[in-house]
Amino acid sequence: MTSRTYLDAGGRAPLHPAGTQALAAALAEGWADPRRLHSEGRRARALLDGARESLADVLGCRTEEVHLAPQHTASLHAAVEHAVEGRRRFGRRTVLSAVERAAVHAAARFAGSGTEPDVVPVDGRGRVDLDAWRGAVAGPGVALAALQHANGEVGTSQPVAAAHEAATAAGVPLLVDAGASLGHVDVGPHWDLLAADPGDWGAPDGVAVLAVRTRVRAGRVRPEDDDRWFPGRVDVPAAFAAAVTLRAVLEDRAHADTARRQQVARIRAAAAAVPDVEVLGDPVDALPHVLTFSCLYVDGEALTDELDRRGFAVGSGSACTSSTLEPSHVLAAMGALTHGNVRIALPRDLPDDEVDRFCHELPEAVAAVRRVLGVAGL
Amino acid sequence: MTPDGAPVPVGTEELDARGLRCPLPVIHLARLAAGLAPGSAVLVRWTDPAAAHDIPAWARMRGHVVVETRPPGDLTDHGTTLVRLGGDDEGPAPAGADPS
Repeated sequence: MTSRTYLDAGGRAPLHPAGTQALAAALAEGWADPRRLHSEGRRARALLDGARESLADVLGCRTEEVHLAPQHTASLHAAVEHAVEGRRRFGRRTVLSAVERAAVHAAARFAGSGTEPDVVPVDGRGRVDLDAWRGAVAGPGVALAALQHANGEVGTSQPVAAAHEAATAAGVPLLVDAGASLGHVDVGPHWDLLAADPGDWGAPDGVAVLAVRTRVRAGRVRPEDDDRWFPGRVDVPAAFAAAVTLRAVLEDRAHADTARRQQVARIRAAAAAVPDVEVLGDPVDALPHVLTFSCLYVDGEALTDELDRRGFAVGSGSACTSSTLEPSHVLAAMGALTHGNVRIALPRDLPDDEVDRFCHELPEAVAAVRRVLGVAGL
Repeated sequence: MTPDGAPVPVGTEELDARGLRCPLPVIHLARLAAGLAPGSAVLVRWTDPAAAHDIPAWARMRGHVVVETRPPGDLTDHGTTLVRLGGDDEGPAPAGADPS
């Protein structure tokens, strides 16, 4: 069997050893319901408190500002719903970039109750148009603005500091989706609500992070519960493992950053050398580990399969690889070719020789798919 | 004018790419364009939503101009894109060719 090289770490990175160890320890110690007052419950509570404290320390906020969701999508939905409801006196319009995650677009339409979100366009690299953003957040009836820290599909960083300044001047809270950033780059202090995804930094599934500054007014959108943001019991072992894994990856971040930027640069050069391939996203001001390119006259599903046969797991934003037959809204908003798309998110500690092997095999994989489609010379 | 109201200059070629999934609409368009003179116009009819984005991207990569894209509307079940073929070099650019 061919050796496997996993290049699709966005949103679900291979499990970090620190995470699996922490999970095993926390399952032994913290399996009880943390809301109970007996010793077992208190042990679970101590682990949970420690996890939230650690996450708050990384984010530079207060422990009580850290909420734990079951999953990143649920976290984004709750953030939009609560924040919009909290400002219903002003209106229900949401301002968001065209390249926000689908969950943010969907939540913004839903929370608007008939008021369509104001979708701010991006440039060819996927970066939001700041002038248009400033105009949009200053408009009437805006309840919430949402801008990702960086785009998980194409890697491009967003001007979050300037976007937050404009939103703050308009009195509008800003939700920053740091789901592709935290653990890889510094996410900074420029947010009112911030969502982060432990799966993306290699922690086990079961929890997601939503930090909400105490100054943000949250409306009531769910039946009453001890936890108004995410009703019910938190998965304590998952929360503990997420916090421990984040500490571990941050300790190693400088090294991982340098190594992965070099690897991305090599894949970028290899992809750009293939005929009729467009490499997308900002080459510099971007996440260290994400790279996307589109191959003209290539079926994205066929290319994903061809690379999989050769031992490489990659993602794709092409329509034929999605269940909806719609191409990636991110690629569409950038004006990029949506077919033949390959999305790479490098895991940590990938050996250089595996990157070399990918760079070596990519041109032949693209050529093989093009041969089947009979498009040589077009 | 076509029945669905798209403005079609005299002498425009038509490509029926309805029912084709990506990347086939663009491949069929490129095959047709290879046999046409610079300045020719091609009206593509498509149903695959990716074609709305991929025909303009192809045109940009090949030096053609998209005159107009119309999404499927109330009266039609398909979208149309009108392309004017550009350049005097209608042959495919060799791989990695310097455009200068």
